Amino acid sequence: MTAAQSRDDGPGARGARARPVTGDPSAARPVLPPEQLARVVDRMAHEVLEKTGGGDGVVLLGIPTRGTVLAQRLAARIEAFAGAPVPTGSLDITLYRDDLRLRGPRALGATDLPPGGVDDRHVVLVDDVLFSGRSVRAALDALGDLGRPRVVQLAVLVDRGHRELPIRADYVGRNVPTSLQETIHVMLAETDGRDGVLLGPADLERA
Amino acid sequence: MSGAGGSTSRHLLSAGDLSRDEALLVLDTAAELEQVLASSTVGKLPTLRGRTVVNLFFEDSTRTKTSFELAAKRLSADVISFAAKGSSVSKGESLKDTALTLEAMGADGIVIRHSWSGAPVNLAHHVRGAVVNAGDGTHEHPTQALLDAYTVRQRLGRLEGLRVTIVGDVLHSRVARSNVLLLHTLGAEVTLVAPPTLLPVGVETWPCAVSYDLDAVLPKSDVVMMLRVQRERMGVSYFPSSREYSRRYGLDVRRAAVLGDDAIVMHPGPMNRGIEIAPEVADGPRSTIVSQVANGVTVRMAVLYLLLGSAEPAIGVEVTRG
Repeated sequence: MTAAQSRDDGPGARGARARPVTGDPSAARPVLPPEQLARVVDRMAHEVLEKTGGGDGVVLLGIPTRGTVLAQRLAARIEAFAGAPVPTGSLDITLYRDDLRLRGPRALGATDLPPGGVDDRHVVLVDDVLFSGRSVRAALDALGDLGRPRVVQLAVLVDRGHRELPIRADYVGRNVPTSLQETIHVMLAETDGRDGVLLGPADLERA
Repeated sequence: MSGAGGSTSRHLLSAGDLSRDEALLVLDTAAELEQVLASSTVGKLPTLRGRTVVNLFFEDSTRTKTSFELAAKRLSADVISFAAKGSSVSKGESLKDTALTLEAMGADGIVIRHSWSGAPVNLAHHVRGAVVNAGDGTHEHPTQALLDAYTVRQRLGRLEGLRVTIVGDVLHSRVARSNVLLLHTLGAEVTLVAPPTLLPVGVETWPCAVSYDLDAVLPKSDVVMMLRVQRERMGVSYFPSSREYSRRYGLDVRRAAVLGDDAIVMHPGPMNRGIEIAPEVADGPRSTIVSQVANGVTVRMAVLYLLLGSAEPAIGVEVTRG
């Protein structure tokens, strides 16, 4: 038994591991093709610049695994548009989850703050999918133990609804209405070999 | 906590219980924990809130007991520490009765140090909670081996293919046995160096080489682990005098000078300075002794997280209760 074998899924359970998508891909519907995904990230980068007054003091913290990759992509686009580098890091939430005892073992992801930390910074948390909101709740707790940011915002590539906590995102790549029986799979070239977002039936599992 | 049928639990009783994947999972988990704690302003994680860890120390130990206590507290577990003196144990309660008491208290994890080899295995047959062997007699001390492996990987970047020399009182050393098993699992080549009187019967069946000549082995060593001369365990003399021991098997400045540039020197503590290791070597740049202590807390946090942090443990050997 290793941590990677445990199933996740269910509200808010995503984010701790990078696993390939298996199952019958024809059963899944692409909701964001690769070229669109790049445009969506570009738009989010512009929105971050707009809402933060040019990105001053901004720190992007991705929630592993795909949130970390998205944070790096957003940072690269913000730098391309604004000309200044954006500090980026990763924030693992595993040790702060509220469902640890309900599930099998989980391997920890990386927590890696940029130099300068988060004190008095404008922190933007970045995740791939916003679902129950429980991952974000855990991220806020984890962040609180690392320092005291001036502002905390949330950026997600996909908001699929079904919130279980009073949490909303400040930057949303795409709103995708889903049923609880469906699954959303975000794929990024760095972790999955290609870009895209698939909406599939529940049996399209990450193996 | 329990496996299928509700009658088995998983425990860390021997370093040999860990597969290569499990051992690497402990080391990787410890590495992530170290990162988190380095960034944390509170030094504490909420992960084991509501879980109870009992430290059951039937034998004197300052650093291991403190290390386990700190590890459990940093994960927000409730910690109860028993010392043998002052508990029912000194009134003649058997290990089984102690186990039943702990069971009734709802202990999720039990950390046990005992002078009997096999006491943790015995305990594991009577409790639902996860038992962690914190040193049993001359048998094993698996978390010491894990923290040593973690320290080696931290300093040298790998374990696979490294040549590790363990020197001294192997006969009485649970640290040596656990290290041989774990380092072998992780792909290191271990050589034991000791006087013939301080090697256990059956050492030839261990997955390691044996030598009596420290000077011949040192130049080829990436890691030198010095064992404590356990004078309190010796009813009879195993060597003529400590001066004689020191001359043949002590790591002095002259011997340390033949080590390779990157070689490191380890000691599980407490040290007999001037007997098995010279103070200049123990405090020198090759020494990892201080980081071993710090890493001990992190590695024990990893073990507690992997045993108690989820619905099913991620590591350990399964024992059926009965």
